[in-house]
Amino acid sequence: MADRQYELVYILPPDSTEQQVAEVHTQIDGAVSKMNGAIEKTDNWGRRKLAYEIGHHKEGVYVLEVVNGTGELMKELDRRLRVMDQVVRHMIVRVDEEKQVVDRTRSKRQADSERRRVKRGLPPQRQPGEGRTTEPEDADDDRFDGAEV
Amino acid sequence: MPFGHGRGGGRGKSDKDKKTGEKGQRRTLFRRRKVCKFCADKIDDINYKDTKLIAPFVPERGKILPRRISGTCAMHQRKLQTAIKRARQIALIPYVTD
Repeated sequence: MADRQYELVYILPPDSTEQQVAEVHTQIDGAVSKMNGAIEKTDNWGRRKLAYEIGHHKEGVYVLEVVNGTGELMKELDRRLRVMDQVVRHMIVRVDEEKQVVDRTRSKRQADSERRRVKRGLPPQRQPGEGRTTEPEDADDDRFDGAEV
Repeated sequence: MPFGHGRGGGRGKSDKDKKTGEKGQRRTLFRRRKVCKFCADKIDDINYKDTKLIAPFVPERGKILPRRISGTCAMHQRKLQTAIKRARQIALIPYVTD
């Protein structure tokens, strides 16, 4: 079975140095590669304000890792992260299924619009300068965009 | 004559009442129709990391805005809900604010 894809987000204390961040990363990397997984992407969001205090921290360093691997691996990672006391908070989310659904709907919409355009005798792709130009905020706009009760 | 089809008495509204009564009042209280933001903007992916997208659906108090107010469709409200709950877990969005 093909590997699943997960997103792992963890928060480190705001005063942790570059080196400490790298250290946690290598620890995770070690665990992942030991169980035949692979880290696809690492994204350091840097320091961010937390929406609420977690153990008297008001800020945190966010790191996002996209991991390919089995459920077993993620279980192990979850356990390890819980033990690590330099990790303030972490969360693992499976993303591959949702990604598939999103891709499918997107490509379906594209195909549909192309089919309809061909039927109307137009070229399948939208031509530049065709149709409504990017609309300025108008009064008729009835989408929800914030406070209104 | 039992079960006569004379007047009223059936399921649903009878047409007569509708035509005469309602019009005057309804018009004055006209509300613009609500449209699901995600359908209108063709946003497929409601992601917990995208705080900017989620923020308008989490008012000050930190509660999830109900569908009847935002006009979000059922499918997108469900996706929004999971996104908000995930975002809360990693402190991108508050659980509560007093």
